[in-house]
Amino acid sequence: MADNLLDIHNLKIEATVRPPGEKPRDITIVEDINLSLEKGKVLGLIGESGAGKSTIGLSPAGYGRGGVRITGGEVRVNGRDILQSGARGLRQLRGKEVCYVAQSAAAAFNPAHRLMDQVIETTLEHKLATREEAEARAVALFRTLGLPDPEHFGDRYPHQVSGGQLQRAMTAMALCPQPDLIIFDEPTTALDVTTQIDVLAAIKDAIRETGVGALYITHDLAVVAQIADEIMVLRDGAMVEYGETRQIIESPQQPYTQALVSVRSIQHRQQTPAESPLLSARNITAAYATGLPDVLSDVSIGLSEGQTLAVVGESGSGKSTLARVITGLLPPREGDIEFDGRTLSAALKGRSKEDRRQLQMIYQMADVAMNPRHTVATIIGRPLTFYFGLRGEARRKRVLELLDEIEMGPEFYDRYPAELSGGQKQRVCIARALAAEPKLIICDEVTSALDPLVADGILKLLLRLQQTEKVAYLFITHDLATVKAIADSIAVMYQGRVVRYGTKSEVLTPPFDDYTDLLLSSVPQMKVGWLEEAIDSRRMASQGH
Amino acid sequence: MNTIVVKLIAQRLALGILLLLAVSVLIFAGTQILPGDVAQSILGQSATPEALANLRREMGLNDPAWQRYLSWLGGLLQGDLGTALSNGQDIADSLGGRVANTFFLAFWTAVVAVPLAILLGLVAVRYQNRWPDKVISGSTLTAISLPEFFIGYLLIYLFAVKLGWLPSVSTVYDGMPFIDRMRAIALPGATLTLIILAHMMRMTRAAILNVMQSAYIETAELKGLGGLKIIWRHAFPNSVAPVVNVVMLNLAFLVVGVVVVEVIFVYPGMGQYLIDHVAKRDVPVVQACGLIFAAVYIGLNIVADVVSILSNPRLRHPK
Amino acid sequence: MKLRNIPVTALIGLALTTFFVIAAVFAPWIAPYSMSETVGEMWASSSATHLMGTDNLGRDLFSRMLFGARTTMMIASLATVVAFTLGSVLGILAAVLGGWVDQLMSRGIDLLMSIPTLIFALVVLSVMPSTITVLILVMGILDSTRVYRLARAVAVDINVQDFVEAARLRGEGRAWIVFREVLPNALSPLVAELGLRFIFAVLFLSSLSFLGLGVQPPEADWGSMVRENRQGIVFGVPAALIPAAAIALLAISVNLVADWILRRTTDLKGGRGG
Repeated sequence: MADNLLDIHNLKIEATVRPPGEKPRDITIVEDINLSLEKGKVLGLIGESGAGKSTIGLSPAGYGRGGVRITGGEVRVNGRDILQSGARGLRQLRGKEVCYVAQSAAAAFNPAHRLMDQVIETTLEHKLATREEAEARAVALFRTLGLPDPEHFGDRYPHQVSGGQLQRAMTAMALCPQPDLIIFDEPTTALDVTTQIDVLAAIKDAIRETGVGALYITHDLAVVAQIADEIMVLRDGAMVEYGETRQIIESPQQPYTQALVSVRSIQHRQQTPAESPLLSARNITAAYATGLPDVLSDVSIGLSEGQTLAVVGESGSGKSTLARVITGLLPPREGDIEFDGRTLSAALKGRSKEDRRQLQMIYQMADVAMNPRHTVATIIGRPLTFYFGLRGEARRKRVLELLDEIEMGPEFYDRYPAELSGGQKQRVCIARALAAEPKLIICDEVTSALDPLVADGILKLLLRLQQTEKVAYLFITHDLATVKAIADSIAVMYQGRVVRYGTKSEVLTPPFDDYTDLLLSSVPQMKVGWLEEAIDSRRMASQGH
Repeated sequence: MNTIVVKLIAQRLALGILLLLAVSVLIFAGTQILPGDVAQSILGQSATPEALANLRREMGLNDPAWQRYLSWLGGLLQGDLGTALSNGQDIADSLGGRVANTFFLAFWTAVVAVPLAILLGLVAVRYQNRWPDKVISGSTLTAISLPEFFIGYLLIYLFAVKLGWLPSVSTVYDGMPFIDRMRAIALPGATLTLIILAHMMRMTRAAILNVMQSAYIETAELKGLGGLKIIWRHAFPNSVAPVVNVVMLNLAFLVVGVVVVEVIFVYPGMGQYLIDHVAKRDVPVVQACGLIFAAVYIGLNIVADVVSILSNPRLRHPK
Repeated sequence: MKLRNIPVTALIGLALTTFFVIAAVFAPWIAPYSMSETVGEMWASSSATHLMGTDNLGRDLFSRMLFGARTTMMIASLATVVAFTLGSVLGILAAVLGGWVDQLMSRGIDLLMSIPTLIFALVVLSVMPSTITVLILVMGILDSTRVYRLARAVAVDINVQDFVEAARLRGEGRAWIVFREVLPNALSPLVAELGLRFIFAVLFLSSLSFLGLGVQPPEADWGSMVRENRQGIVFGVPAALIPAAAIALLAISVNLVADWILRRTTDLKGGRGG
């Protein structure tokens, strides 16, 4: 027991909520958590949003965000109960024994100071080394973490380096004072998948080299499986399952863990494209304004009736711009769009009501895609009145039918968006699109703001609706797992171009082009040891060249 | 200093000058909307048509408006503010001493009010949601509801009439000893301070709180830094621009508040002079004073913009 | 909306505001004397017949306060209505139309706002007669710049939301977008602003009248009553403080209500009761 770096017993955490117009009240957000961590080991804390993982993760630093307080149990770091140590004791603990790596390094660095000053600040503050020693240590860490030009990297300001580099710099900042424990709070979630794998590998190397212990907080089980020795699964502030990483991944005991492990295992049989496509965009080149560089260059894609084309790429690839071009929101500089046998007007203004009806759109953020002042009935009912002239009882009946189709009951008819959960909101948006009885729905990252299990539900619903309504989907996403689950054809985009295009089996079968290879090999797999394999195979490939 | 910063500041200054030019057009145009003209208002309703025509010719009122504007502007640029209609005196001469008096009052008010407001703003942040903060928020609400003359006459009633500590009328004259001068502006200065203090406190509080809620403050806390070090090293450099903005905005309020306060205390400043001549419909004086007030107002806004350009690390250290 | 859910401060504000409105509306029936008759010595102190004493000409101050409430609140309300209608319509229009219309209007407003409101009003009043219509228009137009800024900012914010884009994609007309999508969401912040603009109008009118450039005799508002009685202060007669305090109290009460509305709208993210 005394050898453990961290021991948490019967942890209870409460928060004060202040609902408008009511008296503030206390709610329990975490209860009955027990865990322990040996020196140099990594424990993964995993759960969906609201599971309390960040709250628990921050407890070894004695820190609670916005009104959150630890109200019961003990948190022992190096054998000392930090809840008894007072403000001064906590200051001694933070930065010296326990360090923190935030999700958004871009916000967590002070924009006013150079990176080096911030990286070594803790070391100097706690008088752990002289300035020269600390700077030497920081440069060594920059090198370990694979940052460019490690000697001078620290001279820069936060806004002068990329997001992936900032995340590594934040890890260096946590490692510099040589703490015993680092709390990683979703350190790779904000990054693109091809950047994530490098940062993940860098963090793992750094942990191994320095022998620091770590709590790794994430919602992505596949990511934590690469880095943690043990995993604790959390849900609604309580523990679901706690065990060795291999056991959790390979033989989960609890149904909830099993669901998390088997997420995105949806099977969808690929359909072959028809002779004449429903939608074809030919040689699209587009820029946001004349004079600005092209965001899309010479993009051509086609989509058959009742099928799904997934457009996949990372941020900046132009995939969302392509969606805007097809909807008519951004007229392209060159190229044309043919839909259902006719050429669509490039600008939205020139499109008929019928064109608009047949081409609907679903957004990434469902909560801003619906007017907060309209009820579900108005949101779904408006297209019915607008396109088909339905009113009164007929409209009501159809809205209820649509609610039924999206697996929501009639009790939602009069609700406002604020009264729905994230998944329900996205379902209502789907119903609004379906109400127009379209031939094509553009889905722009529709699952990426949702927790994995909820996202799975949405994907299943979309697939079922495709069967019954014969609607085609143009599915914009950055997530290859989603693509594998639902696509018939795939277009891979990179820097405004389509680099690979074909049926799902063609695109996902080697030989690959360099970018598709990089993209495919960067997606974390739900298995232990994937990261090492991926890095190794990359090294071999680069030696082979 | 790098080229981007220099360019931005130059741009801002040029824009300010352009704005001032546009304001001068607006002020000039604003005095042209009345049917009838200056000659009419000088001579009154009973003037003979011949006398009117003579005066009009003499004053150049028969020229088109743009020509009159250009000659007015040309005069302004050479420091010639024209002559007052009511007494025929040179406006620049009569204004000189009064502008100095107004700035004297505004300056000493700012010297007291600005540090006090920032200090109290910091206190409110330090004791957020506790009683000092609540008192400060509550007093703001009251302070922005109080008219200047309520505060002014209340202070006169209490300190000049009932207690007899200070003069009720703020007379100043040339060669007045500094200490007497300060005594004379004590009450108007206090009135102005009360008017802008609460507002400035609340805005300072909001600006600093905004910075204190940033993720990098959390980072600093988790580094184990002490409260003062966090504020000094991490909050302060990022609060400079918003706080300077707040101060400049309130100094602009101050400049306007001066007009009413000068009337209350019969203080021989520019505001008093302006009001007198508005009542006398003395257009050249009103134009000149209006332009000076607007110039100060625009100038303060430019200072705020320049400070925020200078304190922005993204601009100081471009990629 | 239950009464006990309203905070005490807002209740006080509501009660006082109602009190002032009643006083203004029923002034002719409540007032013991007319506005202009001389009923006693000058600056008599408070007595049973003259609740607030008499003014500089020996008129009953209580009666004058009641009639003054009418003038003050009527001019301030009408100026607010002008400011509001003009500002919010132009602001929302600028946001929805965008492009050069927006540019033109916004730069014009910037220009108007670069001159302090009081100074600009003084410039205009130096050539225009201080009639009530002129006062209402000058105050309304100058103050509409603030409403314009807010309305435009709120509407621009809403206009780029995905739900408005969804309505555009559907093919909805401009009327639906303005009235059904943007306006319901812009309304709450604008309503809270209404209170603040009213206070501003009251204070602004009072300042003008105090400076002798607002309401002209024989009409009188609270600001001009402060002006009439200000000489008394030096002799220890607090008659000028009474209208001044009334202005302050009215402004504070409306402020308490506006503050509460503003808090409620920022707390609620739409939906019921918002």
